[in-house]
Amino acid sequence: MPRELLAGRLDRRAVLKASLLAGGGLALDVLIPFPVNALEAQGAGAARLSAFVSIASDGTVTIMSKNPEIGQGIKTSLPMIVADELDCDWGQVRIAQADLDQARYGEQYAGGSTATPRDWMPMRQTGAAARAMLLQAAALKWGVDAGELATSKGRIHHAASGRSAGYGEVASAAAALTPPELSTLTLKRPDQFTVIGRPVVGVDSHRIVRGEGIFGVDTRLPGMLYAVYEVAPAHGGRLVKAEIAAATRSPGVKHVLPIVGNGDADSGLADGIAIVASSWWLANEARSKLQVEWDLSAAQGHSSSVYRAKADAAIASGAGADLRVDGDPTGQLAAAARRITARYDYPFIAHAPLEPQNCTARYADGKLEIWAPTQTPQRGLDQLHKVFGIDPQAVTLHLRRCGGGFGRRLVNDYMMQVVAIARELPGVPVQLLWSRHDDIRRDYYRPGGWHHFEAGIGAKGELVAFSDHFVTFGDGKTTARAAGFNAAMPPAGLVEHLRYSQSMMPTVVTTGALRAPGSNALCFASQSFLDEVALAAGTDLPHLMLTLLGARREIAPPGGGVPFDTGRARDVIEKVIETSDWARRPAQPGRAKGFAFYFSHRGYFAEVVEASVAGSAVTVHKVWVAGDIGSQIINPMGADNQVRGAVIDGLAQALAGQAIEFVDGAVQQSNFDNFPLARMPATPEVDIAWVRPDKSPTGLGEPALPPAIPALTNAIFAATGTRIRSLPVRLASA
Amino acid sequence: MRYRLNVNDATREVDVPPEMPLLWVLRDELGLVGAKYGCGAGLCGACTVHVNGAAQRSCQLKVADIGQAKIHTIEHIGATPVGERLQQAWLKIDVMQCGYCQAGQIMSACALLGRNARPSDAEINSAMAGNICRCGCYHRIRSAIRIAAGLAEEDGHAA
Repeated sequence: MPRELLAGRLDRRAVLKASLLAGGGLALDVLIPFPVNALEAQGAGAARLSAFVSIASDGTVTIMSKNPEIGQGIKTSLPMIVADELDCDWGQVRIAQADLDQARYGEQYAGGSTATPRDWMPMRQTGAAARAMLLQAAALKWGVDAGELATSKGRIHHAASGRSAGYGEVASAAAALTPPELSTLTLKRPDQFTVIGRPVVGVDSHRIVRGEGIFGVDTRLPGMLYAVYEVAPAHGGRLVKAEIAAATRSPGVKHVLPIVGNGDADSGLADGIAIVASSWWLANEARSKLQVEWDLSAAQGHSSSVYRAKADAAIASGAGADLRVDGDPTGQLAAAARRITARYDYPFIAHAPLEPQNCTARYADGKLEIWAPTQTPQRGLDQLHKVFGIDPQAVTLHLRRCGGGFGRRLVNDYMMQVVAIARELPGVPVQLLWSRHDDIRRDYYRPGGWHHFEAGIGAKGELVAFSDHFVTFGDGKTTARAAGFNAAMPPAGLVEHLRYSQSMMPTVVTTGALRAPGSNALCFASQSFLDEVALAAGTDLPHLMLTLLGARREIAPPGGGVPFDTGRARDVIEKVIETSDWARRPAQPGRAKGFAFYFSHRGYFAEVVEASVAGSAVTVHKVWVAGDIGSQIINPMGADNQVRGAVIDGLAQALAGQAIEFVDGAVQQSNFDNFPLARMPATPEVDIAWVRPDKSPTGLGEPALPPAIPALTNAIFAATGTRIRSLPVRLASA
Repeated sequence: MRYRLNVNDATREVDVPPEMPLLWVLRDELGLVGAKYGCGAGLCGACTVHVNGAAQRSCQLKVADIGQAKIHTIEHIGATPVGERLQQAWLKIDVMQCGYCQAGQIMSACALLGRNARPSDAEINSAMAGNICRCGCYHRIRSAIRIAAGLAEEDGHAA
């Protein structure tokens, strides 16, 4: 078994506990190990249990899905793992969405493509343990050795006597047994999988095509009112005073509540005026009748043009704090036979999930019940405690399906807002929904950034030295959220002499992680510049990368973290060279291929884009993707969709014209007309090839996105000779 | 104002201001939450419903202008032969990721097949260009329409 599989196993101190379902059947709980002091603090018998599997007497298997579903398919793929090791038929499985209870279920989090690597082994063990107990129960019933029994599609068979029983027939007896030691569990070999690796339709899909109300914004409760939350017109604005009488008299309006936050829009509660009405549209209409005085002084000067000028100055100064220095970059850059420099930049962009931010809450008798489309429910709970002093034990948090995440719902600002409202209206359920304008102007944006690159090329065309001065946002000590650099970014570790340095400027704008955070921007800048280096060195980017990667080995990032496997990188690059027929260049003028590679979120992806340019119009014809996310694609149905979506997302970031701009802290974009998303007519053909080494499976929400952007911009250069050094792509008309 | 609307072949009464968009009548007054709010400006198509069989953005239709027009929503579409075929095709290749836009996509696709039973890919692109899928499921949306129209055999999940 590969070494890294062990890391994700249930702790050896974990024990299993079985219990009877009401009405018969087995419920198998996994006791998650806690530090001893935590258990003692809870008192004897306060062991908190984690329940994933239950089997009713009719054989129906219910599997709890613990993580938020944002479109990444985790609500289907984690239960698939359990079901496979349980060896039941997928058709007899029902999926139930768990409420937030991390003590019971472990981490409940959607972000960073982390769930698959973290939960792969525990989910397998959970399924295998339940199967072992069912086998033991049948063995006792029939007076045979459990080793003589086999399972298939939810039935137990005894070949010698020809007897068989459905899981439901022995589930009650199994529940009375002592669960097995984890060390005694036998897991399937990959060739024995019957669910894992098969294309499985999403567990909510049949409800979605019928229009059933399963999203956060579809939550409907008796007596529920609808709310909007009017915030300052600029980031960092504070509420001074509000004239609310006219809004209060507006049709359908029940309450108008000025709410003074805690001055921390980033991780607290922003000031705002809540309008609560019998319909969301009526609440939203009443906004125009508010007369609010805001203090916008903090936002002065926080304009895109000012940020650009500051970045220019920082780059011109040449200064910057060193993040990583290998060898002698200064000397080697100066001594190199040739030196090339280039500057790259990219804008702030919004997440714009199609379901705007929303949350529903009811506060009554000191208890708070929340229905939240969030990627980070536990952080929401922690933030409620921090902002309002709410006891987490007094909160029930239901996870609602999210209409897209992309990192936006890692932050729970909307949850703070609806709770601020619900606390004022005890007993009344309140649904807060943001307008699209709210959603665009109050995002936690992928921050813009600027890069000044230098590369030294030796006499034989080899890369001898490399540097990147990165200008980003932060308070001078730490970078803003998701505005950091990755000191392991290639070619670090692959070139002897290297400097990465950083300058930062403050911002009042809230920033955050967007799908493939960091990588979505760093890959564009670095793989585009390396394309310039490759051409200057008389080669092309895939072959420069293969040369730099050298022998197959693992490179540990400075300060620890996930190692970079140069062999896995080589394999995806060689695969996409083959699948895209890279050596064959399109014959038509103005049409060409571009390449890029990136390693992010444990996934290795190499991509080739074929595009043509006519005047200012770019057409992407085809994208070839070669990816490595380990030995096993859990649900090929979902995996294929994730890759296509990531490619389409990346291309739209570059080509659709996405940029969020500020004037004195006020966002200039408002809706999909001026912050455009991908649409069907621009969708290229996508070809996907997998490389499947004997490595533990990893996540797929993110790593296919980053290379799509520089593969496109490198194709545009190859087609036109125009180097795209700034996003979004804006070509002059011919 | 009181209005009598013909929604999913039933008469429904509401008492709302004349300017209220149909989307919010459906969602907040009638409890039909299948049509989704995405932009409020007719830019994304998540709120698409049928008005006398034609795809319309319900966020842009004032209740006062609807009169006796026949409104059909995603909740009803499975009762029509084309709608049912589209739902089955959507499930066959599991079109969706987050799924939020899919009600609007199916309503637009259903209107397309209602007026053009065998659309070309270019006609599909044109008819569906007003419906945003933020997750980028466009290959599968196109394939599902082709499957429902009988233009393509199931070509696997890698549509």
